[in-house]
Amino acid sequence: MPPRPGDRPRLPRPQGKLSTAVLSALSSPSTPTPLSPFPHSPLPSLRTPGPDPLLAPTGAEIQQADPYGADLQLALYVLYELHYQGFDGVDDDREWDPALLAVRRALEEVFLRALRADVPSVGAAEALDGLLVEPVADDGTSVSHHLLRAGRLWQLREYAALRSLYHLKEADPHAWVIPRLRGRAKAGMVAVEFDEFGAGRAEDIHAQLFADLMADLGLETAYGHYLDLAPAEALATVTLMSLFGLHRSLRGALVGHFATVEVTSSPAARRLADAMRRTGAGPAAERFYDEHVEADAVHEQVVRREVVDGLLTDEPGLEPDVAFGIAATVHLEDRLAAHLLDAWRHDRTALRTPLAVTGER
Amino acid sequence: MLVEGPVEVVCDDGSVAVSDRFVVALCTCRRSHCYPWCDTSHRRRARPTPAPEEDAP
Repeated sequence: MPPRPGDRPRLPRPQGKLSTAVLSALSSPSTPTPLSPFPHSPLPSLRTPGPDPLLAPTGAEIQQADPYGADLQLALYVLYELHYQGFDGVDDDREWDPALLAVRRALEEVFLRALRADVPSVGAAEALDGLLVEPVADDGTSVSHHLLRAGRLWQLREYAALRSLYHLKEADPHAWVIPRLRGRAKAGMVAVEFDEFGAGRAEDIHAQLFADLMADLGLETAYGHYLDLAPAEALATVTLMSLFGLHRSLRGALVGHFATVEVTSSPAARRLADAMRRTGAGPAAERFYDEHVEADAVHEQVVRREVVDGLLTDEPGLEPDVAFGIAATVHLEDRLAAHLLDAWRHDRTALRTPLAVTGER
Repeated sequence: MLVEGPVEVVCDDGSVAVSDRFVVALCTCRRSHCYPWCDTSHRRRARPTPAPEEDAP
């Protein structure tokens, strides 16, 4: 039976050995996790009842995995999702299962190490200044320029389906940073998040505006519905936010990530709003991006002046972390853009499997 | 220009624009496509170089 809005999403299909191990552990009937004795091994086995205990991935297997590949990214995505809405049939308490947390930690280390090796080392101020310059014309690397100029309705639907992994929990990963901030940074962050969460009006929560957009495009609006269709490049953009949001030690990177999103959003949203108008996607589809043009022109200023500047005044030592958060976000968005544009220019689906034409899978 | 909201802005043609956002960004360069609100059209523009992707509101 397809999930109804409000239901928990189903567990996705595995994409390899790591995600198979994690998903098998989660789909087994939940057993109380003994907190004592605490597992001594660095990677305690993922317990399953029955005669054949499932083997946890070894540390070596995790170390050798592709840090950006679908298998590792899906395993990480699923483990993070336990901190958001969870999954149908998975006990809420698995969020704090020490065995799962140990595996998550090992996956995170591989992902973080790759990011630190692959992103340029630039100062936070310089990185933000770079984001504030708009290209005069389409340079061939921008998804929003492509969709504005040549995007077809099926491409807008694919874009919405894969972005729904984030937009249906828009601003949630960033809320985790609030208790880790103080003063101006905290006040600015909460003000922007208040706007993201509808400023007291449930119908204006940005995640709800995105669900309305999806309905205009004939897509299923249930949370997590399109997880199985998402390519690795799309998963990575979302696991990044959860990684930064869940670790207090990465609060600087989370702020850098948030600043990148808010600074780059407004011009891209204008192109996407116009793309929705050009293709006749519908009024809610236009509204989501129109709202982001105006809102993020404000958020960008508040984030730079209050959140970033407030944090770096309070904790100057976090400057490299803020810069890393910016660079890592740009790096993963670039990889996603390259994947999308390559697929669409060859008239291929950018998803793992194409959407059904009617919008119903 | 940032102004604390909510605001009512009376435009040159007499029309009134209303926003109840906590802070509003008013356009002062007249290039905005959603005047009187800022849409970041004031930003410096550069010839295409390998530019960062910017697609996630």
